[in-house]
Amino acid sequence: MEAVKFENVKFAYREDDETFAVNGVTLSIEEGTFVAVLGRNGSGKSTLAKMINALLVPTEGKAEVFGLDTASPENTFEIRKSAGMVFQNPDNQTVASIVEDDVAFGPENIGVPREEIGRRIDFALDAVGMQAFRQSTPSRLSGGQKQRIAIAGVLAILPKIMILDESTAMLDPKGRREVMDVIKKLNKERGMTVILITHFMDEALEADRAIVMHRGEVVMDGTPEEIFSRADELETYNLALPRAAYISKRLAEGGMPVKGAFHAEALAEEICASLQKA
Amino acid sequence: MLNDVTFGQYYPVKSFVHNMDPRAKIVFMIAYIVAIFLADNFFALATAVVFLLFVVLLSRVPFGRVLRSVKMILFLIIFTAVLNLFFYSGSSSYQPLVDWWIITITYESIINMIFLALRLFLLVMGTSVLTLTTTPVALTDGIESLLTPLKWIRFPVHELALIMSIALRFIPTLMDETNRIVAAQKARGANFETGGLIKRAKAVVPILVPLLVSAFRRAEDLGDAMDARCYSGAKGRTKYKKLVFTWRDLLGLLLLAALITGIVFLNQLGGKFEILSYFL
Repeated sequence: MEAVKFENVKFAYREDDETFAVNGVTLSIEEGTFVAVLGRNGSGKSTLAKMINALLVPTEGKAEVFGLDTASPENTFEIRKSAGMVFQNPDNQTVASIVEDDVAFGPENIGVPREEIGRRIDFALDAVGMQAFRQSTPSRLSGGQKQRIAIAGVLAILPKIMILDESTAMLDPKGRREVMDVIKKLNKERGMTVILITHFMDEALEADRAIVMHRGEVVMDGTPEEIFSRADELETYNLALPRAAYISKRLAEGGMPVKGAFHAEALAEEICASLQKA
Repeated sequence: MLNDVTFGQYYPVKSFVHNMDPRAKIVFMIAYIVAIFLADNFFALATAVVFLLFVVLLSRVPFGRVLRSVKMILFLIIFTAVLNLFFYSGSSSYQPLVDWWIITITYESIINMIFLALRLFLLVMGTSVLTLTTTPVALTDGIESLLTPLKWIRFPVHELALIMSIALRFIPTLMDETNRIVAAQKARGANFETGGLIKRAKAVVPILVPLLVSAFRRAEDLGDAMDARCYSGAKGRTKYKKLVFTWRDLLGLLLLAALITGIVFLNQLGGKFEILSYFL
């Protein structure tokens, strides 16, 4: 089933704006896929994300989530229940001073009975590996832990889609790894549709599909491998290659017979193989 | 740095008092304040003192910790007491001790001063026992629950409680932010340590402005995050945490009722000035 469907969606932040932040996007995302959305600052990727859970409504065109039109207010609640969103700043998403109270916030909002909320907190904190911090206070946790709590807060609503709007941007490498592991697990084990907005190319490699946005338009769409094999095209959108891909490209240019490798392990093997031949 | 869970003065130990329902404790504290002001002679007031000592003992908070909260307003207590000593205007049945210019000190004014100081002292001690044994979160829950009847007159109880708990949540975040801004301004050569009062007050502006701007940005982010988590006001909302009134609370309130009864009874023994007749 199609989780998200955009038909020629345009969005302008102000009515008199000449340029659209999102300019004619047509896109559909199948349920259960892990999609990375790439692009420079101002490419419209965050605006796109906010239109998926009806925080923003298209100025023109039509956006649907599980067949529900985001433009009609009576759908808003249902859409937000099925499409949860985690934001960039780990400090600005928690409402409560205690982890379990914060995770309870979403279920409380949608009127889940008390006993059921307790079970959902258990489930959500287990899923992000933060059960031990149930009674802690978010301000004492690391950035990665805070984001995992934010993910748990969204999970407790039991959404089918998880949108991460640059949720790893403010984290250190360890925190980024923690968050990526959690969302990959959610995608693989629970079939959760994940939409990851990011400007880290290495994160996109872990997705099933990568979409590149530039000036409000979708300019590239395919598997991460397909996208990253078109290095020159990426460069015109001011995007770099993942680290391993960049190194292998430069090595090949320098005359070393390595095939394009995207992951560090693959690159290492390629280099070893080519050294043995020499 | 103020980076505590429990911003405020919560003292984390387990005790009978800590385990009481915050609602019971709030009612308890208000009733205790009333009792202090009901007490009209030294016997009654002494009972209130003994009662407080008993509660402090029960709460397992070190006595010094409770006293520390009084230290902050010690000046205020002394100031009020001294004013009372000098300008007590009640009638006196004894010769004034000092009668100079506009200052008159009588035996009654001394008694009055001691009484007032003791009352203020007990008042502050009583309230700090509450804040020392109750987390701000529990306190907010308690206030929300106690205010629930006001929903009938459309008072936004849920919203008020949410605002309070979000404010509490953001205190450590904004503290960190303040420290960062201070460091950033210092790095650019700002000087917060020297200069007169006006100069120092002016130096605060470059801290407050960025802090305010960032607070607004955070508020906007938080609003989005709350929207995304389906927040739509109090309507149709359930609550995960439920306050439970237990035998502890009943026992505590019974004890308090006993105190008030005792004080009212002891008040029959006479007014506060009668003690003078024993000595003079």
